[in-house]
Amino acid sequence: MVAAAVLSVMGMGIFNHGHSSKSPSPAYANLPLRRPARTERKMDLKASDRFNINSQLEHLQAKYVGTGHADLSRFEWAVNIQRDSYASYIGHYPILAYFAVAENESIGRERYNFMQKMLLPCGLPPERDED
Amino acid sequence: MYLYSLTLQRAGGVVCATNGNFVGGKTQEIVVARGKTLDLLRPDDAGKLQTLLSVEVFGAIRSLSQFRLTGSQKDYVVVGSDSGRLVILEYSRERNLFHKVHQETFGKSGCRRIVPGQFLAVDPKGRAVMVTACEKQKLVYVLNRDAAARLTISSPLEAHKSHTITYSVVGVDCGFDNPVFAAIELDYSEADLDPTGQAAAEAQKHLTFYELDLGLNHVSRKWSEPVDNGANLLVIVPGGGDGPSGVLVCAENFVIYKNQGHPDVRAVIPRRADLPAERGVLVVSAATHRQKSMFFFLLQTEYGDIFKVTLEHEGDRVAELKIKYFDTIPVTCSMCVLKTGFLFAASEFGNHALYQFQAIGEAEDVEASSATLMETEEGFQPVFFQPRGLKNLVRIDQIESLMPIMDMRVMNLFEEETPQVFTLCGRGPRSSLRILRPGLAINEMAVSQLPGTPSAVWTVKKNVNDEFDAYIVVSFVNATLVLSIGETIEEVSDSGFLDTTPSLSVSLLGDDSLMQVHPNGIRHIREDGRINEWKTPGKKTIVKVGSNRLQVVIALSGGELIYFEMDMTGQLMEVEKHEMPGDVACLDIAPVPEGRQRSRFLAVGSYDNTIRILSLDPDDCMQILSVQSVSSPPESLLLLEVQASTGGEDGADHPASVFLNAGLQNGVLFRTVVDMVTGQLSDTRSRFLGLRAPKLFSATVRGRQAMLCLSSRPWLGYIHQGHFLLTPLSYETLEYAASFSSDQCAEGVVAVAGEALRIFTIERLGETFNETVVPLRYTPRKFVLQPKRKHLVIIESDQGAFTAEEREAARKECLEAAGMGENGNAMENGGGDEEEKEDALSDEQYGYPKAESDKWVSCIRILDPRTGNTTCLLELQENEAAFSLCTVNFHDKEYGTLLAVGTAKGLQFWPKRSLAAGFIHIYRFVEEGKSLELLHKTQVEGVPLALCQFQGRLLAGIGSVLRLYDLGKRRLLRKCENKLFPNSIVSIHTYRDRIYVGDIQESFHYCKYRRDENQLYIFADDSVPRWLTASHHIDFDTMAGADKFGNVYFVRLSQDVSDEIEEDPTGGKIKWEQGKLNGAPNKVEEIVQFHVGDVVTCLQKASLIPGGGECVIYGTVMGSLGALLPFASREDVDFFSHLEMHMRQEHPPLCGRDHMAFRSAYFPVKVTFQDSYSLLVHF
Repeated sequence: MVAAAVLSVMGMGIFNHGHSSKSPSPAYANLPLRRPARTERKMDLKASDRFNINSQLEHLQAKYVGTGHADLSRFEWAVNIQRDSYASYIGHYPILAYFAVAENESIGRERYNFMQKMLLPCGLPPERDED
Repeated sequence: MYLYSLTLQRAGGVVCATNGNFVGGKTQEIVVARGKTLDLLRPDDAGKLQTLLSVEVFGAIRSLSQFRLTGSQKDYVVVGSDSGRLVILEYSRERNLFHKVHQETFGKSGCRRIVPGQFLAVDPKGRAVMVTACEKQKLVYVLNRDAAARLTISSPLEAHKSHTITYSVVGVDCGFDNPVFAAIELDYSEADLDPTGQAAAEAQKHLTFYELDLGLNHVSRKWSEPVDNGANLLVIVPGGGDGPSGVLVCAENFVIYKNQGHPDVRAVIPRRADLPAERGVLVVSAATHRQKSMFFFLLQTEYGDIFKVTLEHEGDRVAELKIKYFDTIPVTCSMCVLKTGFLFAASEFGNHALYQFQAIGEAEDVEASSATLMETEEGFQPVFFQPRGLKNLVRIDQIESLMPIMDMRVMNLFEEETPQVFTLCGRGPRSSLRILRPGLAINEMAVSQLPGTPSAVWTVKKNVNDEFDAYIVVSFVNATLVLSIGETIEEVSDSGFLDTTPSLSVSLLGDDSLMQVHPNGIRHIREDGRINEWKTPGKKTIVKVGSNRLQVVIALSGGELIYFEMDMTGQLMEVEKHEMPGDVACLDIAPVPEGRQRSRFLAVGSYDNTIRILSLDPDDCMQILSVQSVSSPPESLLLLEVQASTGGEDGADHPASVFLNAGLQNGVLFRTVVDMVTGQLSDTRSRFLGLRAPKLFSATVRGRQAMLCLSSRPWLGYIHQGHFLLTPLSYETLEYAASFSSDQCAEGVVAVAGEALRIFTIERLGETFNETVVPLRYTPRKFVLQPKRKHLVIIESDQGAFTAEEREAARKECLEAAGMGENGNAMENGGGDEEEKEDALSDEQYGYPKAESDKWVSCIRILDPRTGNTTCLLELQENEAAFSLCTVNFHDKEYGTLLAVGTAKGLQFWPKRSLAAGFIHIYRFVEEGKSLELLHKTQVEGVPLALCQFQGRLLAGIGSVLRLYDLGKRRLLRKCENKLFPNSIVSIHTYRDRIYVGDIQESFHYCKYRRDENQLYIFADDSVPRWLTASHHIDFDTMAGADKFGNVYFVRLSQDVSDEIEEDPTGGKIKWEQGKLNGAPNKVEEIVQFHVGDVVTCLQKASLIPGGGECVIYGTVMGSLGALLPFASREDVDFFSHLEMHMRQEHPPLCGRDHMAFRSAYFPVKVTFQDSYSLLVHF
């Protein structure tokens, strides 16, 4: 159940923040690190779950790519959302066609471009702090 | 508001296709996924592609594959979709449907990053299938069969690798060794952690082989090797004795042969000579042709060029890889080579085509080979070629596709009975304006003038066993004309028919005699020329006749019915008389059922608004079995036996049922089911066909009985894929019709209208619209109607293309070069002409040459829709591109209607959206609206994506600014603006003093303009972020919109808020000035929400039938058209919501996606009922 809740948050992320392919923003690297709000996830937890919550979360994080955690940086969060968005564009053929018309490229090329962008969707990661 | 959603035209675009032997037997079929629908196509003997079956799956199909168990005769289809399930389908020939053999759930639904379904790979021997996600997850299912030879599927085996993006997967052909799957993978884990960028620069794609150990039931990574970083596609190389096994890796500019323990064999893909250096060449689709002795691959690049790839090999060592230019066809998303020598090319945009192979590229042509690969300091030496006309392929059929619909409008410009749908379709050189008319297309074969105005026409055979008709008989007011059908159609006088009287009916009687019924009697012409004449008693005349091969019923004036039957000796004998209460309006007898003596039912329509069914059985002859009262006197009756199918070619095995069809004088077609035993009538339906009383005639369509209804326009009722359809024909009003069959035309119709006799055939059965195509130059963006002259003004623009002059110059250069070669070959000048002619067609086939991505071409066109002629074409200069337009009447009225066009100069999307300048051009219509003259252009700071007339001024959405302009002498004058829109304005609608602004990312904003204070302000907006792609104004408070994720939604400002704003003297301005969290003080409410599953690009409120209610019509990127109809009554709502509920339970969608979940993919579905779902139970 927790998994479902977390993933639905993640799923929503795709669409609320779906950056248009036309403006991938390499600017995330320079932004200060900040914790994202995690209230929704907390609401779904029951007392009994709290027992082994850590192990459960770790399991989820390993199983479901993009599951957040307490120390998630803004950059990591953005990268996940971008990758989710690109995967969604690739999966939804009409959207792919829509972009292809806009950029006057073939759909095959557009799909390839999106896959290539999944490598570094937000530019280079920021310098780590001392930790 | 409750809406009923109906698909008018199914999507034309293709997502993926696969070919195989799905029906069983020798034929080859193609399974085509069109996004939400799955079609089964087959080329018929004439080389026309026929759709055997089309199923709506309520989900997004992403991948298709076909496999066959060893020793089996039939292929299965595996479908990867967004359902989180793997579905294996089998085509059932008997029932004409796809039968779900297996449905294995493996993950969440939706197109997600790590949920498999994006790629499918099948072991060539059909022993295993791998289903893969974009990232990380790969699942392998083992396929086998049980003792009863049924297909079994194992639980999934995992081959996951996290932080890895997958580009392509195939099953390697390794004979009967353990199945191996190959994948192109890229690991990004290092790159995510390294801030210096070094790891990202070094990230390397790998080709990985996964081996499924059938003994251990386990999947392992067998082999992984770095591969070219441009790799995007894998193609299987035949193995296991037929070839060297391994894979072809298609990468940008290269094709590489790879196999475990084999050195790479690499060759460059030849480039078009005119391709800019910055662009690579990417293979986007591939097909393999295999025969026992040889195999080759066809690879198509993103520019449409097809290359034939062959491997020189000895055993499993590949010595050389050759890439030879084959032909150029429009870019495809999928190609299928059929064993029968056809190539099915599913185009990315525009019509799909079926080609036949003329040759297999053995002739001399540009060729790149691994043996001649040259590596220089800058990289590999490219090979260049020039595209040419088709040499190896010849197109024999095409399937229409509207993909992508860019803009659409429903208008009745031609003043026909129903409005036409004008759509802008296609992209680049293949774009077109298509005028759609509801109805089937017809092909007129002959029109000949007759002496006088004919009243009726029939066709008769001479013998029941004849294949073709012998005579066409035309009746006039006082004469009958007999035409014999042969090589030509000519008048004859030796037929035995009486030609000095009008005829009421002409038909074949018995096996080989003819019957003519005229007002004074029945003339029976025996095969040996003997003529029997039956005269009416007294002064009575025959008014109506109903007959079949063995029975004749006549109605005399006054209402007397006389029934004749044919006896054993071929004599027509009077059997029974019956007195009806009044005059008979019409009669019909059903055809004699197979193996029976007579048909049991006679239908009689009277002027007292009733239809009676009478028995013709000897026991209860002329007894009234049932009575049906109707709303208006019936004009024509037809008893039609509808047998959805006999379990043959297509259609399920339903018992035939008899329908009584009646055309009433008020223009309604009335239909009821006749009980075969009791003759009781039940299940009545009626439909308004037109302004004239429909006349009904029996016809033949695809060998089955069909019905022609002639009202103010003709209709055809026929069976298509197991459904009975009643569709209008796109033809003029006809008076009388009969089916027609000759050796030139197997299933035609002969009809009379006015003074002419017309023979035509009906084409493209099963389609809702027939289209008239007007080609355009570039991708059309939008169009408007010039209101006075009814001309269309279209703007077209393309990125990364050369202007017409540049293209012309390049072509000349190229022709000169070619001409020199020709002179060398001693060709005459005539040859050059021919080439030019060919070249004129070529853009459509080859596409425009690619330019740098920051170059734009664009034009404004005025088109006369009646003739399809372009009366004015303005090419924009200096890298400008048009994006919006509207007609505007400024209040000073000096110029009348003007055209405003919003353009951008030097627009670039990458690396950041930027432009040199935006402009608003103002044009004046000259030469009676046929041409344009530039008044002035005004520079603005952004792209004007939306323009609209408002109170004698021009409203423009320029980036995030809404601005009001007035017309000046030299430029537009700013009057007022509002800069508070979130992103970019893409649509503006106005109604009275309200302005409805659509933002690209933030849905609708309702604004008001206060003239006294000269202020624009937002008083309401939407709370949901919607990436708007289309919008339409519904009423004062309501807007319809569509977002790019495929949802259609309606928002409405609640009544009290609306009233409050209208009553408030400040118009809600004070509230706005207070400002709340950067939003408007009021929020609109979402009243309808519906996931279409396709990007909707245009919306319009229109009525498609005269007198019908208004509905919202939408067009999508995939080329489908749909309608949302509001329900009129609460009962309908209840009925359909229950029907939908039961359908969901009893008939879950084919590909495993939950119906409700699909319609609610992004937002919960709100008050819309499903279309095609109920269509399933329509008949």
